[in-house]
Amino acid sequence: MKICVLVKEVPDAAVQKRIDPDTMRLDRSGEKNLNPFDTHAIETALQIKEGGAIPVEEVVAVTMGPDSAVRALHKAVALGADRSVHLSDDALVGSDVCATGYALAKVLEPESPDLVLLGQQSDDGECYTIGAVVADHLKMPSLTQVVKLDVADGKLRCERQAEYGYDTVEVELPAVISVGDAINEPRYPSLKAIMGAKKKPLDAKATADAGIDSGMVGEPGSKTAVLALNPPPAKQAGEIIEDEDTNETVEKIVAWLDERKLL
Amino acid sequence: MAVDTAALNEQTDIQRDITEMVRQFADEQIIPNAEHYDHEDSFPEPIVEQMKELGLFGVTIPEEYGGMGLDLTTYAMIVEELSRGWISISGVVNTHFIGSYLLMKFGTDEQRDHFLPRMATGEIRAAFSLSEPEVGSDVQGIKSTAKKGEDGKWELNGQKMWVTNGLGSGIVFVLMKTDPKADPPYKGMTCFITEKEPWKEVNEGDYAGLTIPPKIKKMGYKGVESTELLYDGYRCPPERVLGGEEEGVGRGFAQMMDALEVGRVNVAARGVGIAQRALELALRYSQERKTFGKPIAQHQAIQFKLADMATKVEAARLLTRKAARLKDAGERSDLEAGMAKLFASETGKECVEESFRIHGGYGYSKEYEIERLYRDAPLLLIGEGTSEIQRMVIGKKLLQRHKI
Repeated sequence: MKICVLVKEVPDAAVQKRIDPDTMRLDRSGEKNLNPFDTHAIETALQIKEGGAIPVEEVVAVTMGPDSAVRALHKAVALGADRSVHLSDDALVGSDVCATGYALAKVLEPESPDLVLLGQQSDDGECYTIGAVVADHLKMPSLTQVVKLDVADGKLRCERQAEYGYDTVEVELPAVISVGDAINEPRYPSLKAIMGAKKKPLDAKATADAGIDSGMVGEPGSKTAVLALNPPPAKQAGEIIEDEDTNETVEKIVAWLDERKLL
Repeated sequence: MAVDTAALNEQTDIQRDITEMVRQFADEQIIPNAEHYDHEDSFPEPIVEQMKELGLFGVTIPEEYGGMGLDLTTYAMIVEELSRGWISISGVVNTHFIGSYLLMKFGTDEQRDHFLPRMATGEIRAAFSLSEPEVGSDVQGIKSTAKKGEDGKWELNGQKMWVTNGLGSGIVFVLMKTDPKADPPYKGMTCFITEKEPWKEVNEGDYAGLTIPPKIKKMGYKGVESTELLYDGYRCPPERVLGGEEEGVGRGFAQMMDALEVGRVNVAARGVGIAQRALELALRYSQERKTFGKPIAQHQAIQFKLADMATKVEAARLLTRKAARLKDAGERSDLEAGMAKLFASETGKECVEESFRIHGGYGYSKEYEIERLYRDAPLLLIGEGTSEIQRMVIGKKLLQRHKI
C-alpha cells in the first residue's frame, strides 16, 4: 500500500493574518508553518503503517507551493513520511481551489496511491474542499471530516463527523480522505528525525514535469475571481435587561424570545 | 511583499526546526501541566519520558555515542524554550548536560563508552555537586574528602548540598578533597564519578555508603528534587576518578570550573526563557484587563514596563547566544559567559517582577502562572554562581584583559 499525504505551508498561527488589498490574496509574509490539520493526516498515515493491519510500503508527502514550502515538506518527513514531492512553478500562482486540486491530482497520478490523506481544512484559506476536487480528478471516492479510520480487508471504515453525531462509512480503496483534528494526537518530530529530514528524497517538479496543462492553472486557469473584499458586518449591541424584579425579568426574557419565535 | 527573515533571526534551518518543535512541546505538554506538578512538588515523570523519546537528553553528546552531536548554541536555544515552559523541566536536563560535558571533555575512553550511550537516551541521568552545607561560592573551602585505601579504591566521606536531581540520578560527579595539605587548596581536589541506584535513598552493595536524605523544601523550582548527599565510607573504584587516576587526581577543581563556564550559558538561557514567558503573560493580561475604561496596556505606565521587559529579553538573548557561539568557535568565553549569566538571570527576575505587578492582585493568586514564575525566578540568581560572584569574576577578567 502506498499513502500520499497532501500538505500545505500556511502562515504560522501566531501571525496576524491580513488580505493584501492589491492582490486580493492573503498576505503570506512572516513566519510560516506546516498546516496543523495536515500533521493529523500524516499521523493517520503513520498509524496505519505502524498498525500493521495492512503493509504500507511508503508514505509520501506532496505539496504545491513556493520555494519556502520546502520547510513544510521537511517537517512532514521529520514527522515520519518517507519522501516528498514539491510542485512549484510561477504558472501556478493565483490558482483557485479547482485549479490547485487539478494540479495536485496530476502530481498524484503517477504515484498511483492507494490512499490519499489530507487535513480537512487549511489554516489560511479554510476551504475544506481540496480533497473532493482531487478525488474528482483521480476518479476516487472521497470522504471529508473523518475522525476515525480503520483499515480492514482492503477497505476503510471511517467515522465522519456529522452535524449530530457521526456517520459510519465504508469506502473502497483507493480513496481520498480528509481528516479532522479529533482523529489523533500528532507526535513530535524527534531531534534525530529533524536532523535527518534533509537526507530524505525530495522530488521537485515544475508544471511541465507533472504534465499539467498551464491553461488550467494559475489565475488564467481559475474559474473564480475575487471581485471585492468586505469585513463582516459589525455585531449589533445586545439588549441588557436589568434584574430589578426577578419575576418581571423572566417575563421580559420570555417575551423577547417569543418575539423572535425562539420558544 | 514577503520578506525573508531567516538571516535576521540568527538561526540555521535545523535550529529553527528544533526550536519550533521544543516550543510546541512546551506549549502543549509543559505549560498546561506545570501547575499540577508545581503544587504537588512531584517529579514530572510523563514529561521527562517524552523528552527521552525526543532525544533531549543527548543534545550535545556526539553521534558516535548515540547523541545528536549538537553545539552549545543549539543546546542553549533548547534550554530557553524548555525554561519558557517551566525551569524545573530544564533543571532535569541541565545537570545531565554538565555531566555529559565533563565526560566528553575529561573522561577516559572507557568512561565515555561506559556512560555516554546510556546517557544519550536518558536511561541514566547525571547530577553534579560542589556545594556543601557551609560552602557555596567559595568552592576551595570544601571539606568532603576522598582517601585511597589499600585495595586501591577511594573512600569518600562528607556531606554535599543542593544537588539537583540528587535522588533520581544514576551518577553524580562529585568534587572531593584528596590532598588536604595542598597549597593552594584547589590543587588537592579531585572529581569522582559516583554511581548510585536512581530513586534509592539508602544505597547498598557496590554503592553502599551513599545516602540521600529527604529532598529540601523550596520556595520554587519544584518538581525537580534538590537534595543533600551523605557520603559515609562510599567506595569508589580508581577507574571512576574523572579522567583516570593519572590525569584526574588533583585536577577536579579545574574540571568543574571549566564545566561551570558552559553551565553559566545554560543558566543564562534559562533566564531568557523565564523572562520571555513573563513578557508573554504580561502582553496578554495587559490587553485583557481594563482599568479606567480601557485595557491597561493602553496606559503609558504599563507600556513602559512592557517596553523595558521586551528590550531586556532581547538583549539577554543576544548576550547568551554570543557567549555560546564563542564557546562553540573555541574562543575564550569566560567573560561573556559570566556577563550572560549575570544579565539574563537578573532579567529573568526583573521581568517576572514587572509582569507580576502588571497582573495586580491576580498575580498573587496561585490560579495565575505568574505566581509560579515569581517563585521560580530567584533560583537563577543563585545557581551556578550568584550575581555577586559573577560580578567578581567579570571584574577580575576585565582587569586581566585590560592590564596597563
